[in-house]
Amino acid sequence: MLIKRQPDLTYRDVTPKTLYMGRRNFLLGLVATGAAYEAYKKVPGWIALAGGKPARAPAKLTGLVKWPGSTTETLTPIEKTATYNNYYEFGTDKDEPAKYAANFQTSPWTVSVEGEVAKPRTFTMEEIMKLAPLEERIYRHRCVEAWSIVVPWIGYSFSTIANLVQPTSKAKFVAFETYYNPSQMPLASRAGIQLPYAEGLRLDEAMNPLTLLCVGMYDETLPNQDGAPVRMVIPWKYGFKSIKSLAKIRFVKSQPDSAWNLYAPNEYGFYSNVNPNVDHPRWSQATERRLGPGFGLFTKRIPTLMFNGYADQVASLYTGMDLRKNF
Amino acid sequence: MSSSLTSQWTKVVVFAACLGPFGWLTWRGLHNDLTSDPVAYVTHFTGDWTLRFLVITLAITPLRKILHLPELIRFRRMLGLFAFFYVCLHFTTWIWPDHDFAWSEMWKDVLKRPFITVGFTAFLLLVPLAITSTAGWIRRLGGKRWQMLHRLIYLIAVLGVIHYDWLVKSDVRKPLFYGFLVALLLAWRLGGWLISRRDKATADPLGPERPRTAETM
Repeated sequence: MLIKRQPDLTYRDVTPKTLYMGRRNFLLGLVATGAAYEAYKKVPGWIALAGGKPARAPAKLTGLVKWPGSTTETLTPIEKTATYNNYYEFGTDKDEPAKYAANFQTSPWTVSVEGEVAKPRTFTMEEIMKLAPLEERIYRHRCVEAWSIVVPWIGYSFSTIANLVQPTSKAKFVAFETYYNPSQMPLASRAGIQLPYAEGLRLDEAMNPLTLLCVGMYDETLPNQDGAPVRMVIPWKYGFKSIKSLAKIRFVKSQPDSAWNLYAPNEYGFYSNVNPNVDHPRWSQATERRLGPGFGLFTKRIPTLMFNGYADQVASLYTGMDLRKNF
Repeated sequence: MSSSLTSQWTKVVVFAACLGPFGWLTWRGLHNDLTSDPVAYVTHFTGDWTLRFLVITLAITPLRKILHLPELIRFRRMLGLFAFFYVCLHFTTWIWPDHDFAWSEMWKDVLKRPFITVGFTAFLLLVPLAITSTAGWIRRLGGKRWQMLHRLIYLIAVLGVIHYDWLVKSDVRKPLFYGFLVALLLAWRLGGWLISRRDKATADPLGPERPRTAETM
């Protein structure tokens, strides 16, 4: 059967030549825009590379003391830990810090310890490495975003450094500050949070033996994206409390500011203890995805433990406190 | 240009291109390269592509008119269905790898977490659009009613952007970017509607020769 069709197009549908050429320009424009965008994405890397000096490769650490309290859970492989970072100074995507912190200059480095202390002092990194025997402590690390990792950190209790500077009776809290230098951190303007990154602990939390001054992981010094050269690790609190690339420690009288608490006080409390019973306003904290070896897409969620499983060591710090109010 | 747009092969090429992101994801999966947190990566990847396909689908009508390329209509249904394809992957990732079919937990999240409520609503609204995307359904519903129903896409795109915006922690550049595109595409329609209301005579810029069907609206 022959079906006679009306012609679909009439003369008025013919595209004028100028528009036709315009379209070609438009397509060229699309290609150019795409190329420009790809180039733009590389800009921060170029800036970082323009610094010239090659990245400092993590160095092997020896003579480590095995800390008896380490968890025996399966370690998260270093390839996963070191490519999945929240370090907003170097980009807000998880894979960005590993790229854009590659040339972060972490030597020479000093940490100044000041405030309500009898002996304020600036420590060089070389001194920090020798203040106490380095221990390997395998901790669970729980992010507020509901994923977790198991990491062999290297360091010693923060109380070591506190005892050297001798906090006075006025010291009730400890304020921590990350090194901040926008010229080394070209993506910092996208962070959305206030920088330099700040965190804080109550003095008794800081003096708890679990609170770690950390200088390495997986038998090596810290990779830049994981907070080189020295960071805090507070294993019973959400990961963002464990401040990276420490520049300043201040013992203070009153509760200090902390970056995420300043940004969204209803979502991130000062304490931010891991607590499966108190949800983040936007998502549940009852379970977590453990990032382990293997494929990982079909790994089942595991229940999140009170104080991330460190209740025996830290629950007494919070007796009588309403943890729903002091989240 | 017009002839290349009306060729059967163009549809095949566009179809293959739309499968590209899925191919890329599969390829990375086969190479055990779904980042350290595969569930989060697949969820974000499929969510991103859902939004991209919604934006591309919404751009078809403005592009047809601005570029005088009415033939672009041939691709609109396919692009819309690809938005549905990627949202199905997104939804499946949430149900299966992420929550392992814990229905009661997921339902609690739908009720309690605004960003999930909004995303879930947008997904549900897309289902009837996908079902009624066939020529048979256009005939059964009639062009007018079919068009009314499919205007839900405007709401769905807005809900999709809100879903994204309520999810991020502090860097809102990406949700803002999608929000800007959706706002632009909806503003263009609003502008067209206002102009056509003011001047009924130029209501159909495609001209009176063209019979009005659901496809040309």
